Amino acid sequence: MDIISFKGVIFIVAALVAIASSVLMATRRNPIHIALWMIVVFFAVAVIYLLLNAQFIAVAQVMVYAGAIMMLILFVIMLVQVEKGEEAGGARGETPRLSKMRVAGALITVILFVEMLFGALFYRMTGRGGDYTADAVNAVGNVKTMGSLLYGRYLFPFEIASILLLVGIVGAVVIAKRKK
Amino acid sequence: MFQEIPPGLCFALSGVLFTIGAIGAITRKNVIVIFMCIELMLNAANLAFIASGNALSSMDGAVFVFFVMTVAAVEAAVGLAIFVMIFRLHGTVNADDASLLKG
Repeated sequence: MDIISFKGVIFIVAALVAIASSVLMATRRNPIHIALWMIVVFFAVAVIYLLLNAQFIAVAQVMVYAGAIMMLILFVIMLVQVEKGEEAGGARGETPRLSKMRVAGALITVILFVEMLFGALFYRMTGRGGDYTADAVNAVGNVKTMGSLLYGRYLFPFEIASILLLVGIVGAVVIAKRKK
Repeated sequence: MFQEIPPGLCFALSGVLFTIGAIGAITRKNVIVIFMCIELMLNAANLAFIASGNALSSMDGAVFVFFVMTVAAVEAAVGLAIFVMIFRLHGTVNADDASLLKG
């Protein structure tokens, strides 16, 4: 297909924004700046979710990730980061920032990336299409379809997820509680 | 009408984001930055789920992403509590200094 359609242009812009801000995220020193660039990545990915007909997930991405989780991370950074905003190693300054092991790990990850790219671009997707085409879902409504799936076919995993959230709440309180 | 995005491009973007997140998680020292890079990797995996779900006209990808988000939220709560504990214990959040379990 030719990519220069309306959706294609939006996709390319959102993808470039996501890649650029994630590169900035992996290279900045100040953790607060990293968290703010991460919010930009989340918004760009939410735009791509919208292009892929996943409206509910796009809104949940903005609310849960960009809203709740990043706010939590920002608060913890402000609570924890007393060393002039630098990366924690900077205050001690003895160890070099990039050791050989880290560079080797990064190179191995780049090899993995080349493999992934090869797979993504040259793999023909097989498999039979399901019932939930974009038109069929939009006729009912994306959120309604998601809701009926979550409370129907996926009811048991949904309940497990709620128990997981409860365990998370209790665990966070117990771990972070100041010992008397 | 608007044409669909080819899933190969979405997978490629997902791979790029995952790789950047992995390199960040390997090379950084601050545990909070490592944690944020892991969140980026989770997000890249979510993008691949959504892209394949859309390409196969199935809703299961979106449901999976919903559960991954739940797990990420729990992970954030517990992980950040652990970081606060490490900071109280060591006075720093450097991942190289956190060797409490080392024999």
